[in-house]
Amino acid sequence: MNRRDFIKQSALTTAGTMLIPHFLKAYELDRLGAASATGKTLVIVQLSGGNDGLNTVIPFRNDIYYRERPTLSIAKEKVLSLNDEIGFHPALEPLKALYDDGLVTIVNNVGYPNPDRSHFRSMDIWQTASSASDYLSTGWIGRFLDANCAGKDCLPYRAIEVDDTLSLALKGNQVNGLAMLDPQKLYNQTRSGMVGQLAKTQHEHHDHDNVSYLYKTLAETVSSSAYVYDKANIHRTKGTYPASELGNRLKTVSELIQSGVNTSVYYISISGFDTHVGQLGQQERLLRQYAEAVHAFMSDMKATNRQNDVLLMTFSEFGRRVKQNASNGTDHGTANNVFLIGGPQRIPSGRVFNEAPNLTDLDEGDLKYTVDFRSIYATLLRDWLKADDKAILGQSFKPLELV
Amino acid sequence: MNTTSRQQQVQHVYWRAGFGTTPAVIQRESRKPIRKVVRDLLNESDAFKPLIVTAQEQLVTRQALRGMFRDGMLDRDKLKQQLKENNERIRDLNVLWLERMASGEGAVREKLAFFWHGHFACRVRNPVTVQQYVNTLRQHALGTFGDLLMAVSKEPAMLQFLNNQQNRKNAPNENFAREVMELFTLGRGHYTEHDIKEAARAFTGWGFNVQGNFVFRPNQHDDGPKTIFGQTGTFAGEDVIRLLLERKETAQFITGKLYRFLVDEQPEADPTAPQRINALADRFYRSGYNIADLVETILTADWFYEAKYMGNRIKSPVELIAGMQHSLGVEMAQKQPLVYFQRVLGQVLLYPPNVAGWAGGRSWIDSSSLLFRMKLPDILLGADQVAIRPKEDGDVNTEVLDRRVRKPQNVTVDWATFEKAFERVSDDKLPDELAAYLLQQPLQSAQRTIVLKQLKPGATRSEQILRLTIRLMALPEYQLC
Repeated sequence: MNRRDFIKQSALTTAGTMLIPHFLKAYELDRLGAASATGKTLVIVQLSGGNDGLNTVIPFRNDIYYRERPTLSIAKEKVLSLNDEIGFHPALEPLKALYDDGLVTIVNNVGYPNPDRSHFRSMDIWQTASSASDYLSTGWIGRFLDANCAGKDCLPYRAIEVDDTLSLALKGNQVNGLAMLDPQKLYNQTRSGMVGQLAKTQHEHHDHDNVSYLYKTLAETVSSSAYVYDKANIHRTKGTYPASELGNRLKTVSELIQSGVNTSVYYISISGFDTHVGQLGQQERLLRQYAEAVHAFMSDMKATNRQNDVLLMTFSEFGRRVKQNASNGTDHGTANNVFLIGGPQRIPSGRVFNEAPNLTDLDEGDLKYTVDFRSIYATLLRDWLKADDKAILGQSFKPLELV
Repeated sequence: MNTTSRQQQVQHVYWRAGFGTTPAVIQRESRKPIRKVVRDLLNESDAFKPLIVTAQEQLVTRQALRGMFRDGMLDRDKLKQQLKENNERIRDLNVLWLERMASGEGAVREKLAFFWHGHFACRVRNPVTVQQYVNTLRQHALGTFGDLLMAVSKEPAMLQFLNNQQNRKNAPNENFAREVMELFTLGRGHYTEHDIKEAARAFTGWGFNVQGNFVFRPNQHDDGPKTIFGQTGTFAGEDVIRLLLERKETAQFITGKLYRFLVDEQPEADPTAPQRINALADRFYRSGYNIADLVETILTADWFYEAKYMGNRIKSPVELIAGMQHSLGVEMAQKQPLVYFQRVLGQVLLYPPNVAGWAGGRSWIDSSSLLFRMKLPDILLGADQVAIRPKEDGDVNTEVLDRRVRKPQNVTVDWATFEKAFERVSDDKLPDELAAYLLQQPLQSAQRTIVLKQLKPGATRSEQILRLTIRLMALPEYQLC
């Protein structure tokens, strides 16, 4: 911590505990520099349904892969090789271009002990950063928000989910992130009916604390939405995006970033990866949409000189079994790859962080994890968002040399 | 201590032990002593009637379907169709149960079954299995906890969900043994890893057959001696259940959880709560785990009606939807909106997120869900459209729940009956009188002013009642009970 940071923080601590009145809202806090962001942004793209990692990053030199997937494997000559062992699915060509530009890191074999093969449970584990035997009701991004509260005052818009509803990942103890498909839509919702007027009422009956909690949530929603709407309304990006759902959502993220909204984390999920039946066409379509949208986004970040400050992470709740099933699909598996895109430049090109999946050492037909996903979270929190990873994750995970 | 009116007390009982009630019933019950109100409410819940959407004979497991597909007895389209129909039957059961809750019939039984559903949380994809599981919860909801625990533990849904079908003599699967201790009976800290390992051995051989009935498979059972909680014997699954019920911690754990559900979600912030819960747990244990007795003891205690507990529980999505339907006598010709509302608000009956159930309380509320809750009365009554979409969870099997609804069609409300309860109320008293029936929180003057601004001058009395009711139900205060 340098001297300036120190002064800022002491001023804030004083203000947070003594001076900031409870009704002080988004604008004022923002001007005060409460929890002022590090200037780094994390964008999380969740692939719901369990993306088949082995057909995303393909071990094209591995006979076992071809033997276990007689009709699903991707032919060696079609694979976009990254090194002499693994390469991208051909639909990921736009991602390969980013990789060649030094913008992509691939982490293989990411998972956790005692993996759960249920979508809901495994997604919970990823979103709450719990172990397989714990049930948490807050998410890791929500707890990141908690850690950034100044006293009682918190800023929901420090984490925005570009969607109509909010994921568990963004729910904290003291504050939740903001769900917002686009600034205009949320703003309209907060202007309709009695919402705006009710948000302005002062709440006195503190003995009934849940009613205060509801009004506090309402006031924060209305003020956050107004703050984001006012800031973002100015900015339209010059970047061109594909017309897919992910393309639209990443475009919204780009506009929010460019407008200077004080948001550290953006969260997006796309669905359709549960490929039990007829996987080839469906996964190819989804991977292409993903790669095109991410490429457009990173190009936009590059054009606006932000690519070093924006890091995009992609994960899925689990990978799929090594052996294909009888319906030309794959069933729920375990460890999977995680992509980190953008952030510090890799030289000379993208990076394969660790060893390729070991197909000879399986756990009842499933990949064994070698990297705990929470050590990736710890790295992102500590090294990227400059937050207290140990407090947020509840324990210490060995950070990785990732960013 | 603030005093609370009899009317508020009646509403409190109906909300906590049921899904709210109508103004007419509130007026009728407010004339009785509260003990009598509780007793009558429990009596009305005596009868158990199963919910049926599909016949037992129609049980065809996914495994069997996939087998038929492999053997060429089903083509891909037929397989997909069959799986889709399975999902639709579960959806139908969801709606049937929600509407039963909203009917007010057997209110305490349904409310407790709903509690047990969150406690013994379980989700599987076969409609016959789910139906059997739900009816087991409903049947034993007010019986003894021992019977309930034994019956649920032997439900194919639970055996499948917690992998006991794979728990065999030489390859034990500890999943069920762990959850039965951690989540269903003792709670954390009251057992050892060794207890779990040994209990898992005792549950080996518990499974179910293709007809969907519990079976004990002696050849898969480990009949050697086991040591559980310091006792040694050649225990079987039933013995483990018995040992769990012998432990007082089970009574304490269940009582504490039911107290949170019925009285106060944060007993740790209430210095009077621990002693009270201990006394209730002792009684529960001594009564042989009589659930109805525990519920009645809580509902008739003086402290249950203390002002600090009233209107401080955040309604879960299911409680909110069923309550709104019931209070107004809402009938919906199309059912999909009911499923869609549950999805958007984050609680879908028969689809709990995991074996720990729904987290509840403040976790129901975020920017999105609060705005949607405040819009719900308008949407339910057809005055507004659904502007938002729930997230897809990625599972191909829940797509049937996601069929989009923009505007519910053919919704009828029994306004005549609703209005009749207020026929003696003068126009100027209407706002406060309606608020007293609909809210368990006082209507503050600022809120009152905002609500009154929504009234149209010159509107008929019926229109005023309708408008006031919808506005009051859109307040944050209505989210509480």
